[in-house]
Amino acid sequence: MSATLLQLDHVSIRFGGLSAVSDLDLEIGDNELVGLIGPNGAGKTTAFNLITAVYQPTEGAIFFRGQPTKHLKPNQLTKHGIARTFQNIRLFPSMTVFDNVRAATQLHRAHGIRDAIWRGKSFRHGEQKVEAQVMELLGIFGLERYRDEPATRLPYGEQRQLEIIRALATHPRLLLLDEPAAGMNPTEKVDLMRLIQFIKDKYQISVLLVEHDMQVVMGICQRIAVLDYGIKIAEGTPAEIRADPKVIAAYLGEEPKSVGN
Amino acid sequence: MTEFLQQLINGLSVGSMYALIALGYTLVYGVLRFINFAHCDVFMVGAFVGFYAGLNVHQTSWGGGVLIMIAAMLVCAALGIVIERLAYRPLRDRSKLSVLITAIGVSLLLENAGQLVFGPNPQPFPEIFPSRTFEVGGLVISSKDIVVVIVTASLLAILQFIVLKTRIGTAMRAVSFNSQAASLMGINPNLIISVTFGVGSALAAAGGILWAYKFPKIDPLMGIAPGLTAFIAAVIGGIGNIPGAALGGLLIGIIETFVKGSRYSTWTDAISFLFLILILLFRPAGLLGKLQPEKV
Amino acid sequence: MFTRPRTWFLVTLAASAVLGYFQNQIDPYFADVLTRIGINITLAVSLNLINGHTGQFSLGHAGFMAIGAYTAAALTMFVGPTIFPASPPQILLLLWFMAALFAGGVVAAAAGLLVGAPSLRLKGDYLAIVTLGFGQIIAVIFRNIEPLGGALGLNGIPAYTNLFWVFAAAALTIYVITAMVNSTYGRGFIATHDDEVAAEAMGINTTRCKIVAFVIGAFFAGIAGGLYGHFTLTINPKGFDFSRSIEIVVMVIAGGMGNTVGVILAAVLLTLLPEGLRQLSGVSPSLHWISESRPLLYSILLIGLMLLRPQGLFSFRRSARVKV
Repeated sequence: MSATLLQLDHVSIRFGGLSAVSDLDLEIGDNELVGLIGPNGAGKTTAFNLITAVYQPTEGAIFFRGQPTKHLKPNQLTKHGIARTFQNIRLFPSMTVFDNVRAATQLHRAHGIRDAIWRGKSFRHGEQKVEAQVMELLGIFGLERYRDEPATRLPYGEQRQLEIIRALATHPRLLLLDEPAAGMNPTEKVDLMRLIQFIKDKYQISVLLVEHDMQVVMGICQRIAVLDYGIKIAEGTPAEIRADPKVIAAYLGEEPKSVGN
Repeated sequence: MTEFLQQLINGLSVGSMYALIALGYTLVYGVLRFINFAHCDVFMVGAFVGFYAGLNVHQTSWGGGVLIMIAAMLVCAALGIVIERLAYRPLRDRSKLSVLITAIGVSLLLENAGQLVFGPNPQPFPEIFPSRTFEVGGLVISSKDIVVVIVTASLLAILQFIVLKTRIGTAMRAVSFNSQAASLMGINPNLIISVTFGVGSALAAAGGILWAYKFPKIDPLMGIAPGLTAFIAAVIGGIGNIPGAALGGLLIGIIETFVKGSRYSTWTDAISFLFLILILLFRPAGLLGKLQPEKV
Repeated sequence: MFTRPRTWFLVTLAASAVLGYFQNQIDPYFADVLTRIGINITLAVSLNLINGHTGQFSLGHAGFMAIGAYTAAALTMFVGPTIFPASPPQILLLLWFMAALFAGGVVAAAAGLLVGAPSLRLKGDYLAIVTLGFGQIIAVIFRNIEPLGGALGLNGIPAYTNLFWVFAAAALTIYVITAMVNSTYGRGFIATHDDEVAAEAMGINTTRCKIVAFVIGAFFAGIAGGLYGHFTLTINPKGFDFSRSIEIVVMVIAGGMGNTVGVILAAVLLTLLPEGLRQLSGVSPSLHWISESRPLLYSILLIGLMLLRPQGLFSFRRSARVKV
């Protein structure tokens, strides 16, 4: 029985009169690959924002590694081990590919402002370690050759990959991926699936994946939760979810009742 | 007690003018989410238009005064529209900060051009409306203050009518909520933005005329101090909020008048700004405004 | 320069010492202009940390300069003479001057903390207005402190500033800020500038970055202020007002926000420009209008920059620089 990494207990959030997420229960253990799916507007990105403390729930509680996330700010939560990518890519446009990843390593840095200014031997060693770390990460997706390119000049698919690498650079225990396959062609998607598995195994992390592409979700997730209008309507293995009538109804609409007859 | 009432009347009068200027800031912020730094200099131009127009109207009369005010409002409305078209519209897609800097540039341009064209020395402003003073139970009330308050109230009423009851006003409100959606409804945002600038600038001009009427010395830098105070008023009331701007203007006018009359008068500017900072820290939406959360 | 910044710094320090040593041989007008250039470089690079690198819009930088100027002057004019023996040795005066400059920087940095910390909840326009307000409040405060001259200003400041101090300070400012920003730690500042939400999601404490930027930026502005005071020998609250802040902002924008080299060049250019215009208008009486329209030309320059070349005059990299 794997330890619980992330736990959502009856979590709800309201914006004005609108309930974006209602009474959500979700558990993710160590080294699990979980999918979160649902029609557009179901509340999936909102769930991400709740988990990463961008929003605070109006009801319920969220626990990460046993500790409540209630009064934590997003950057503190990242220090504890949650990292994410964004639905609309949010790379740092002023920086190169290399520096985008490098920026994400600084939360675990050994050196602060004094060392940066003094530039002693230990600082230089630290920077060399960062260099090695970043290059290794870039290597996962083969992006080393782009290292000095401005990050936003990369082709769309590579930008998505860079975002994943950047999140990985924070040494997370839980990685949240928001539609990583969006805009990719079938070959890229297969590569992505393989690489997500690779990352999960190599770095021993858990992954929570929001995706619309069923091939990707069904292909790699061990477990899938389905949201509709902010409520979890189903949870189970890919096979179970595929066959669940509630899920089918949510995506395709109710079976039309026969007219007349 | 009479001292208190005297200051109060003064405060209301000054506050009304601040309200007029503040409305311009708030209207523009409402549709563009941007602080028009050059607004206070349009106020100054209005006063100078009144100055030159006043040279051509030989008697002090109600009709003449109203004509002068309308002339100033029209000229400044045009000025505001031109500024928006030339300096702000090309930057519509860029960051807020670049438009802010440009606005600062326009403001400096107007001030410096004013100093070259009108000369840097203060000029006396003609008495465009007939005036007299009344004595009521120990209080000395100048008709100037009465005129200021009445004109301001009328303009406010007209503005409220336009914004709430006319189609163009509804269009203005639509654009301030969501410019894209408004354009999908057939509203031309550029037109509405121009109209907004026009209206805001006209109000600034009216404020300028009234200010020059009450304090008859004008110079090209006269807009800076009242402009800053009026901006603070707009923020205190809730920037983007029309009744808020009026409320903020009156509030700040009264407070400032009392501080100026006290022994802390040299700290007046600092106190206004302190107010601003406190409001922004503890109630950033202002007294009547609503917070806009950021979408992630 | 970026590969061995410490060496570069020491070289520049040595060059400043040489310059200072031979100052008497240099034409005094030329030395004057050089001094102004050095002070403006320090001001512009320090503001660039706040506005350019970290993306916080500060319109009250002259306020920090004022604090540094008054603090340093108070120390050299009032505190020094009370604790030193009559006609103290030269070396003591020099050390005291350095201490006074440093103190000016520290007090300014404290003010930077005071401004930065609460302002952090504010974005863009609002932050700009608050910093503007802060600058005004500082001016009002100094206008009300009679022992420091009040509204009439403080006269008789000893003339300790020379080319060595000015360029040593400039070199130090450039070194510290560049070394800081180009490190892995410094990437946090750029990230804060680019996208606060994403930066926070990557574990960067954007609040801390902004405060640090304000504190360090204010520190060096304070030092520049101290140098300025002991150069002009008289300071006045009016000289540290909004238009002074705008002058520095224009240097940062003209240089390209976040572009250190560009900002240095812009500081040089914009210090030489008024001098050049003054010379030009003096050439013949018919050109007199040039010096009178200097502020006007400045405002046109500002508008032109924003409309036509917002990335600054000196951005030649093809890299995806600031999307201004």
